[in-house]
Amino acid sequence: MSQEKHFIWPHKDLLDVSQLSLEEVSHLLDTAEQFHEINQRPVKKVPTLKGKSVVLFFAEPSTRTKTSFDVAGKRLSADTFSLSSSSSSLTKGESLKDTALTLEAMNPDVIVLRHKANGASQFIAERLDCAVVNAGDGCHAHPTQAILDNFTLRRAWNNEYAGRTLLILGDVRHSRVARSNINLLTRQGVKVRLCAPRTLLPHTVHNWPVEIYHDLTKAVEGVDAVMCLRLQLERQQAGLLPELSEYARMFCLTGNHMEMAKEGAKILHPGPMNRGLEIASDLADCNESRVLNQVSAGVATRMAILYLHATRKDKGA
Amino acid sequence: MTNLFISNGLLRGKSVDILVSGSTIVSVKPHGETTAPEDTEVVDASGLIVFPSFYDCHVHLREPGYEYKEDIESGLSAAAHGGFGGVLAMANTNPTNDAASVTESMLQKAQQTWPNGPYLYPIGAATIGLKGKELAPMGELAEAGCVAISNDGMPVGGAEMFRHCMEYAATFGLTIIDHCEDPTLAKDCHMNEGTVSEAIGVKGQPVVAESMQVARDILLAEYLNLPVHLAHISCKQSVDLIRWAKSRGVKVTAETCPHYLILTDEILKGYSTAAKVNPPLRSEEDRLAMKEAVKDGTIDIFVTDHAPHADHEKEHPIEGAPNGISGMDSAVALTWTQVQDGTITEDEFIKLWAEKPAEIFKLPLNTFAEGDIADFFLFDPNEEWKLTEDAMYSKGKNTPFLNSTLKGRVKAHWLGGTRVV
Repeated sequence: MSQEKHFIWPHKDLLDVSQLSLEEVSHLLDTAEQFHEINQRPVKKVPTLKGKSVVLFFAEPSTRTKTSFDVAGKRLSADTFSLSSSSSSLTKGESLKDTALTLEAMNPDVIVLRHKANGASQFIAERLDCAVVNAGDGCHAHPTQAILDNFTLRRAWNNEYAGRTLLILGDVRHSRVARSNINLLTRQGVKVRLCAPRTLLPHTVHNWPVEIYHDLTKAVEGVDAVMCLRLQLERQQAGLLPELSEYARMFCLTGNHMEMAKEGAKILHPGPMNRGLEIASDLADCNESRVLNQVSAGVATRMAILYLHATRKDKGA
Repeated sequence: MTNLFISNGLLRGKSVDILVSGSTIVSVKPHGETTAPEDTEVVDASGLIVFPSFYDCHVHLREPGYEYKEDIESGLSAAAHGGFGGVLAMANTNPTNDAASVTESMLQKAQQTWPNGPYLYPIGAATIGLKGKELAPMGELAEAGCVAISNDGMPVGGAEMFRHCMEYAATFGLTIIDHCEDPTLAKDCHMNEGTVSEAIGVKGQPVVAESMQVARDILLAEYLNLPVHLAHISCKQSVDLIRWAKSRGVKVTAETCPHYLILTDEILKGYSTAAKVNPPLRSEEDRLAMKEAVKDGTIDIFVTDHAPHADHEKEHPIEGAPNGISGMDSAVALTWTQVQDGTITEDEFIKLWAEKPAEIFKLPLNTFAEGDIADFFLFDPNEEWKLTEDAMYSKGKNTPFLNSTLKGRVKAHWLGGTRVV
């Protein structure tokens, strides 16, 4: 890790990818590559963050992201503490501000927050001295997902983003994953297409730097990768969709679609998947699927994120 | 290959001879310039107007489910004799046309009974069972052959749900047709609210029940930058709003029916259930405003809102009778009055019944250019005839014009070069 000695991470918090320059993203991913290598070793633990403490404050149900952060912290020898909405005092009526201040009083180095309120991470980041990492806030942002997706795509694309085309398929309107990915990927020169029924696209999507499709067979033509989004089943109850069988007919990514994509085009999904609804089951398991690579990328990139945020003060920041 | 030669017909005011080969137009020449080739059926159209087949973009054919009122065969028969080459049928059947299987069975029946046309273009429901709660599978409906989406008869009351309907329909390039009616203001109403309703004691529906939803739809269409087509517009407030919307560039189109141009609520004084229709016949001021809106193009198309009912259903006191007028047999003659009284020209008449419907719903149109589909009918503009029950091909005889004398009659009708009437 010698190079980090010369690179002081300039951000106290990670609230969204929009705050990161492309150089910083590149540095973060390079760091993650080194951790990724550690994760392949028989002994997958380094003392890098020994004595540091990381609070995992997940006020919204999450298994994958929370576990990923937990593993990342422990591999770096940090002490991780979990707080979920059901076990926290939030259920006893405590405000987010008071909970955050209470946590801060215990002197953690990093608080990782997942919350249903848009802007929740910013809200506590503005009030606390410790690092705050946004692990997903409402429909707003999910920077660590975008970074792990970027890590996965960088590997698949041999570090060349410019001129690539990526299709994001599904409920963009309610997706923090899509928002963060679009911000980062378009800056990297990736052409982003969106495909969804109009009810699942943001109203002002025509102002976004993306191409809009409603017809999946056209949308996949010539793409280098497809990122499927999870369809929340409550969208149907909200009157945004008819019966789900129509969604599957019109918007489920299948092998036939992938034949229209570029040869070797990769398939991503942030999970958990609804097999047969947004992604055909065989595609999820095919050679070009990067779904499980995304999971391991998640650990490596979150190790890098925790490392950079937990050690910046030690380096004189 | 059969050939047909229409001799000395009046096409847009000019005497012409039309040569048809097979299903398409070969040539349209000034009368007398050419003669019919050999082996050609010659039809003398002297004194008759040639119109491209019209579209009726708003009908209720009642099948499946209410075949005692009308079925696809009788409905298409009324269409053929009425001058219509294609009809757009609303989804309030039983079962509702909210699934591909229903659309397919309707199309199959049309193909079986009238293989050469008139053509049936089903309209899919916007919501399941027209209940306004859950979106219908519009992608599936479009694939099965639906050309538009509508909750006609059971308007979507909730603005958010209607927004979802518009957005979801746009996903598949479908235009949504809205029956504009605020469900709370229109509840339990049986005629127009006005001096007549208040004199005869019947609860009336105020014009704002319609115009409020017109305003809502216009504002949504502008906000979403999506098209909306407004069904059977009946009153001044509505056309004023539509005129305003069009001046702003909103993608709104609108239709009206013959009865709103000719009748007013005065006819309800004797509790005539044949004149009970929804939206109701309005005041004279509204009627004149409708004529003005047709004249200036605020109203894009004529439709019948053909709503056949069985006699026994209309034979009730007004509160117990269903809404609806059986319209396809008489609509062309009834709207021809608007040409006769100078409200519109013959060209505008063609625009209202054929060109604009084809444009709005992306339907084929005969422009009498070489190669166009040979869909046209001959119309005697001077024939006076009585609209008796026997003269109607629809099963539904429920019209306030029954036994009136009409001027102008469809004399013959070809679709794809095949004579259907």
